Amino acid sequence: MKILVAIKRVVDYNVRVQVKPDGSGVATDGVKMSINPFDEIAIEEALRIKEAGKASEVIVVSIGPNTAQQQLRTALAMGADSAILIESDVEIQSLKAATSLLNIVEKEQPGLVIMGKQAIDDDNNQTPQMLATLWKRPQATFVSKLEVNETTALATREVDAGLETIEVTLPAVISTDLRLNEPRFVKLPDIMKAKRKPLDIISIADTLNGFNDNELSIQKYESPQPREKGIMVESVDELVSLLKEKGLV
Amino acid sequence: MSKILILAQHDGVAINQGTAKAVTAAKQIDGAIIDLVVFSDNVDSIAVEASKLSDVNTVHAVSTPTDQWKLAAGIAPKIAELASNYTHVFGPSTTFGKDIMPCVAALMGLNQISDIMQVIDAKTFKRPIYAGNAVITVNAPQDKIVATIRTASFKTNDMTSGSATVENHDNNNDQNETRFIELQSGNSERPDLQTAAKVISGGRGLGSEENFELMYNLADKIGAATGASRAAVDAGYCPNEMQVGQTGKIIAPDLYMCFGISGAIQHLTGIKDAGTIVAINKDGESPIYEVADIGLVGDLFKVVPELMEKL
Repeated sequence: MKILVAIKRVVDYNVRVQVKPDGSGVATDGVKMSINPFDEIAIEEALRIKEAGKASEVIVVSIGPNTAQQQLRTALAMGADSAILIESDVEIQSLKAATSLLNIVEKEQPGLVIMGKQAIDDDNNQTPQMLATLWKRPQATFVSKLEVNETTALATREVDAGLETIEVTLPAVISTDLRLNEPRFVKLPDIMKAKRKPLDIISIADTLNGFNDNELSIQKYESPQPREKGIMVESVDELVSLLKEKGLV
Repeated sequence: MSKILILAQHDGVAINQGTAKAVTAAKQIDGAIIDLVVFSDNVDSIAVEASKLSDVNTVHAVSTPTDQWKLAAGIAPKIAELASNYTHVFGPSTTFGKDIMPCVAALMGLNQISDIMQVIDAKTFKRPIYAGNAVITVNAPQDKIVATIRTASFKTNDMTSGSATVENHDNNNDQNETRFIELQSGNSERPDLQTAAKVISGGRGLGSEENFELMYNLADKIGAATGASRAAVDAGYCPNEMQVGQTGKIIAPDLYMCFGISGAIQHLTGIKDAGTIVAINKDGESPIYEVADIGLVGDLFKVVPELMEKL
C-alpha cells in the first residue's frame, strides 16, 4: 500500500505575522517558512505506518511555489520515498487544492492519504474533507490515534464532546490533529541522502483538467481589534471586590 | 432574496447552542428566510426541539439510520441536495460542522467560507486567519455560499419560543464505508465549556492531574465550566475536550479566569472574545497579561484556596 501525504509551506508557527499597512496581505518577505505543523504530523504518521510494515511507500506532495521544494526535501529527509511539487505561483483555494490532489491520487492510487487538519496560515480546515468528497472515499478528520489494518483503519477523532472512534474502509483520507504523534527530528546524513531522492515538479495547470474556478475574493486584510488595556491588582481581596463590582460572581 | 439553510447540531436530546448562534449570524443578512435541517434516527423528537428556535421558518427533519446522522458521509449528500433551494448553507464552526460542511461545499463545487466572525452583507463576511492575527474580508461572487459560523462571535438566538413548521424527509444514503464505533465523553456535570457564562481554566502551572482538582473545585464553587491550555492537555493533566485555543475550543464566556497559563498565541486565539479575562500567574511577564482585563501576579496554590474562601 502506498501512502500519499499532502503538505503545505506556511509561515513558521513561531512567527507573529503582521498585516501589511496597505491591507493587501500579511508580510511574508524574509519570514521563516516551514512545513505546516499538522502536515509534519501527517508525514510522521505515514512513516510510522510504513515502518510497522503496513505500507510500502510514502509519497509526499505539495502545492506551492518553487521554493516549496525546501519543505519537500525536509519531508524526504524525515524518510519519505519520493516527492511531487505541484507548482503554483499564486495562492490557491481549498477546492482547487483538493481537485489538484485528486489528480495525483488517481495516478498514484494510494491506500491512505494523510494530511493536516488545517494549514496555520488560512486556517480553512477544508481540503482533506473536499478531497475525500471528490474522491468518493471515506474521511476521518481531526485524528489523534490511528490503527491501520489490511482493508480498514480505526481512527480516534478529537471532537468537541471528547474522543470519537470511527472505522473507515480503505482507501481513505485522514486529517491529523496535534496529539497524533511527535514528529522526528531530521539528522544531517538524512538531509544529504534526501538530496538524491526523486522530486518531480509539475505545473498545477496539468492537474486541473479544466476545473472551473469558483474562487472567493479576498477584499482586505486587517489587524484584529486589540483588547483594551487591563489593570493589575495586588491581592485576592482586590480581585474579588472587582469581580463582585462587575457582577461576574 | 437570501434563503439560508442551517445544519442543526444535536446530541440526540437537545439542539447545540452553536446552531442558535448560526441563526443569529443568518439574521444579520437583510430579509433572510432561515430554515434548519436536522438529521437523526429518532428525528421527530429532535425536530420538535429544533422548531422552538426563534426566527426559523421550516425545519427539514431528515430520518437517518442509526449513527449515520453523526457522520459526514451519512448526511453531506442530503444537505447538498436540499441546498438546491437555498442561497446560503451555514453550519456551526464546531468539530461537527467543520467535518461536514466542506463536504457539502465540494459536492456543490464551491469553496467554503470558514469561521465567519462578522456579516457585512449577503455575500461579504469577515473571518480570522493566522490564528486570529489577521482578519480578512471575503466576498463570494457565486450565486451560492457555504460557510461555517464562528460560534464565539455571535450571541445565542432564542431557543424556546419559536414555532417553525416541520417538514419530513427520508435519507436514502446507505453508505457503509464509514462506521461509527463509539464516543468517549467526560460526561461532566459542569456547564458546557463552549457555552458557559463562566470558565475556570488551568495550564501547565498546575503541575499535575491531581492539582487540577483545584480548578474543578473552584469552578463548582462559582458554577463555571472548566478549560485548559494545550500544554496542560498534552501533559495529561486533563482530557482533550477541555482544550481552549486555535485547535481546541474557541469560547466567549462573560468571565474567563485562568491559572498558570502563560498565554501562548494559540491559546489567546481561543479566548479573545471573552467578556472579562482574569489572569493569575506567578510570572508577571507572561503574555497572558497583555490580554487580561484583570491580572494578579501570584502563586496559584495560594490564590485558589483564598478565592475558595472569599468568593
